Amino acid sequence: MTERVGVYVCHCGSNIAGVVDVVDVANWAAEKLGRRGVIIARDYKFMCSSLGQELIEKDIKELGLTRIVVAACSPHLHEKTFRIAAKNAGLNPYLVELASIREQVSWVHTDKAVATAKAKAVVSGAVSRVIENQALEEIKVPINPNTLIVGGGIAGIQAALEIANAGFHVYLVEREPSIGGHMSQFDKTFPTLDCSACILTPRMVEAGTHPNITLLTWSEVTKVTGYVGNFNVTIKKKARFVNEELCTGCGICQEKCPKKVIDEVYEAGLGYRKAVYTPFAQAVPNFPVMDKENCTYFIKGTCKACEKFCPTGAIDFKQEDQLINLDVGNVILATGYDLFDARRVRNDGYGRLPNVFTSLEFERLSNAAGPTNGNIVLRDGKSTPKSVGIIHCVGSRDRNFNNYCSVICCMQGLKFAHLVHERTGATVYNFYIDMRTAYKAYDEFYQRVLEEGTLFVRGKVAEVTDAARNEREKGKLIIQVEDTLASKQRRIPVDMVILSSGLQPRRDSKDVGKLFGISCSTDGWFTEKHPKLDPVATMTEGIFIAGCAQGPKDIPSSVAQGAAASARVLDKILQKEVALEPVRASVDKATCSGCRICNGLCPFNAISFIEDDQVTEINPALCQGCGTCVAACPAGAISGTGFSNEQIIAQIDGLLMKNLEMV
Amino acid sequence: MNKYLLYPGCSMDSSARAYLESLNTILEPLDLQLDEIEDWNCCGATEYLGINLIPAYSLIARNLALATKQMDSVNGTGGTRTVITPCSACYLNLAKADHYMQERPALGAKVNEALSAGGLEYKPGTLDVRHLLDILVYDIGLDAIKRKVTRPLNGLKVVPYMGCMLPRPDYKHRWSDHEHPTELDDLLRALGADVIDYPLTTECCGGHMTQIGPETAFELIRRLIAGAHERGAYLMAAVCPMCQLNIDAYQLETNRFFHTHYHMPILFFTQLMGLAFGREPAELGIGAELVSARNALAHIGVEVPVTQEPATPRKKDEGLPMPRRWTRHEEKEAVK
Amino acid sequence: MTHNTFEPTIIGFTCNWCSYRAADLAGTARMKYAPNVRLIRMMCSGRLDPTFVLRALSEGADGVMITGCHPGECHYIEQNYKALRRYLLLKRVLKGMGIEPERVKLVWASAAEGAKFAAETTAFVEEIRKLGPLSWGKDEGGGMKDEIKNGDSSLTIHAERSSFEKEVAA
Repeated sequence: MTERVGVYVCHCGSNIAGVVDVVDVANWAAEKLGRRGVIIARDYKFMCSSLGQELIEKDIKELGLTRIVVAACSPHLHEKTFRIAAKNAGLNPYLVELASIREQVSWVHTDKAVATAKAKAVVSGAVSRVIENQALEEIKVPINPNTLIVGGGIAGIQAALEIANAGFHVYLVEREPSIGGHMSQFDKTFPTLDCSACILTPRMVEAGTHPNITLLTWSEVTKVTGYVGNFNVTIKKKARFVNEELCTGCGICQEKCPKKVIDEVYEAGLGYRKAVYTPFAQAVPNFPVMDKENCTYFIKGTCKACEKFCPTGAIDFKQEDQLINLDVGNVILATGYDLFDARRVRNDGYGRLPNVFTSLEFERLSNAAGPTNGNIVLRDGKSTPKSVGIIHCVGSRDRNFNNYCSVICCMQGLKFAHLVHERTGATVYNFYIDMRTAYKAYDEFYQRVLEEGTLFVRGKVAEVTDAARNEREKGKLIIQVEDTLASKQRRIPVDMVILSSGLQPRRDSKDVGKLFGISCSTDGWFTEKHPKLDPVATMTEGIFIAGCAQGPKDIPSSVAQGAAASARVLDKILQKEVALEPVRASVDKATCSGCRICNGLCPFNAISFIEDDQVTEINPALCQGCGTCVAACPAGAISGTGFSNEQIIAQIDGLLMKNLEMV
Repeated sequence: MNKYLLYPGCSMDSSARAYLESLNTILEPLDLQLDEIEDWNCCGATEYLGINLIPAYSLIARNLALATKQMDSVNGTGGTRTVITPCSACYLNLAKADHYMQERPALGAKVNEALSAGGLEYKPGTLDVRHLLDILVYDIGLDAIKRKVTRPLNGLKVVPYMGCMLPRPDYKHRWSDHEHPTELDDLLRALGADVIDYPLTTECCGGHMTQIGPETAFELIRRLIAGAHERGAYLMAAVCPMCQLNIDAYQLETNRFFHTHYHMPILFFTQLMGLAFGREPAELGIGAELVSARNALAHIGVEVPVTQEPATPRKKDEGLPMPRRWTRHEEKEAVK
Repeated sequence: MTHNTFEPTIIGFTCNWCSYRAADLAGTARMKYAPNVRLIRMMCSGRLDPTFVLRALSEGADGVMITGCHPGECHYIEQNYKALRRYLLLKRVLKGMGIEPERVKLVWASAAEGAKFAAETTAFVEEIRKLGPLSWGKDEGGGMKDEIKNGDSSLTIHAERSSFEKEVAA
């Protein structure tokens, strides 16, 4: 045995040492694994600390170690740390192996003897494996400086502006006809009660006119290939039936269009739009979109009123969907959220009882530019409510629907309470489970609403019903709730109920995740690389996430994440090139028999057959390192660096304590 | 032919005979065969469970064990492992026993120990316990039911009343919602009835409170009747013998208690199905209810023949004499 | 209840992107599961050469657990399907070799399914425990198994009996 292996067992404070006898593991490794080449085994409180790393570096230099095993936490946490330490000491970083004895041992087992025994096996496996490791060099690839941002809500707009202002080009793709997202639908924003449109519109205009931003609205990404620095994306630009070159956004077509349609998206079903429309007056871009399903011309073949009246001849009924192909280096996904469909909570009566409204409906109701010009009225469009109940946590914090807290609903409920008070003078009840008013100036807003006289009932609403039990309840909506502070069942009759519905992932978030090769949590939110320390990066290099696509959050947090994601992208762009893990497959042409079994296995088209030599070849730039072809090759001609047959078989033997005394 | 095992439950023979009679009329048109579990016993309703779990579950599980013996004798598609119950209380009890015997193996072992005395055994999870309504809506299907309708109940304003025990707790997620299930609405709509949204559909009818706390029960019954009345219903549709009994038999007393004058008939949904399938009221046990549905059905042109008045009611409202109390001596003698 | 003292040794193959992270998550959430499984990280379940499984079984493992991303969620698009194919074929080969095919199990676990990973692990250990030791080369397996055997047998990982069960049992 020529390799000189050092084993380092980490206590991780008491995280490991509390369950695993780390001293015993180190002693055992030194004694029993000596024949495999272990010449030193140490234990230390925190291997990842600078002192711990120095320990390894010193041993590499002084003892001439050629292989390192660190028995500590998961490689996903600190593999990089110890590789850098090895590199600093002049050892190839890929000659370091981590044995996970925290996530896989001490945190999941309780019995000390058993845990220590398992830790020894895991260390044994890692030692056997590391001997088979080979020195590898990172692969460097150039980074394309263009960036794709998917989603033109406030998070996406913020990210686009940051990158564009830094001097790099951004393609901002938005599914709807205009950028602006949910924020453009709101009336006021908590806690300062800024007018939402007043603060958002300038940003939208800036994004719309920025020379470094290409807006692709009414468009969707359909295909993504490539890898960090070198993505190739296909975008479907849906037919607008309006020529963007000619359209001036004068709005005459909308005026003349005879077809009125309920606006399910922007007006949340409360208002109307035409078949050719811009969703709202400040839309960016200001070109209208023709709704093919509802346009009289497309249905009946006649009408064309818009075409007749358009002063620039911009209406084009023959326009078709267009596929655009782009090369980009990085991607930011800011695809936002869907509102929880309150009809699912049948107890709350939304959809059955006319005067039950969702939060988004109320936003439109209270918006001065909305269908009622900001008058808060009941579904009849006339009467003003005298009493209003606002129900929190609709669909959130409820194991029947979504388990998580939707973060914004408490503050949203308070904002509604304030607006109802201010505009109607009605009695307002808030029904909450817990009030969550964290962050700057939020709790002050809560106190302000309290002082305004809003009534708060702590308890989860059991039911909203119109089944009156007595005269007082006749003709009202009765909210049945357990007041947990008064320990009483209460029935509170009101005129109007607003459901502070929660947020949930976009209906197609899993498909979008798949498209871009990132994973979603079980709920469907995009999974970040690290929940605390890397919230905008993902497990896939070059794909970043921002805003509600990552989880429910308010406007300030979405903006912060948009900016954070753009900083990460700029960091990549400015590095100009990126190092890729050298985990790649390669073919030994001498051994390859040309059977072509592997040819159909690669989803990245990295494998090709050389007809002249009758052998197969793998393109290392396209290879992603999954190893499927390695496993398939009957001749053993393909080898995978980083996860070779030799390494894995050695690890199997090591884990099974094979031939402990014999080698 | 859709075959299932049937656990009828006690009430089908007595207070809910109309349920059984009407159920029998819809079997043939829907190509449905129900094989009664042989030698079944009472499910114990709600009483036993409050006192001691093991005898209570053993009593219930005996029926399940017996049913497994018949699994093979019913050769057909789909239904061989499925026990259906028309009564919500029976349904809940059978489903509960199956669920808890599985969830708590120690309980399962104890129950099987008790069953073994009779040479029986039940392995939880062997059977599917389902309610009649569930089978009709999800196995037979609304389209198949719609095809059999010859006398649509157009114009019959009816509130669907599911009762509280059917959709909750919904161990196997069989219903569309725990609080506002719409299966009965959909079924009645398929019959052509004018179904009224009834927010009280899963409220409690009072159950056995009529026996131990009548005032509580009366208030619960009043809410249900008043709710149906205010919504303009001609009648209510029930899926459970207990609910039907409470609202039918205690309506008069409820009215008396609150000085109200409600007249809200309640029929089993199978009776309405029978009507829609073209059967005559008499075949369906219509007319046996205490709060007569005659006027309600007249709205859609169905004539209910006048049934015979019950035999001469007793003149005085007084109890029958109790047996004389034993003396201590007599008791000792008898024990000997 | 009868106690089976046989402690199986199991090798688990995990995918770097999903199941290995599920194991990490089980750890971070401090979920407890059976200690009998030792994991090997690969980039993808598609990397699994069936000979790895045979090697493990021949060198002293009593069972092998193969884990990968759910169908449709593979980091490498579709390579887990290839793992599935190989797995199904492998089971037939094992049968032909006289080894119970149940000794090899395929589990899909996404990075978010720590609880599933823990539960499946514990369940698989119980299944192998029921099958008993793989009847060759046992003694060469080395000291680890004995150490587990000598450890406190009551530690075994069975979920804590609920108070209800205790009550009923009493």
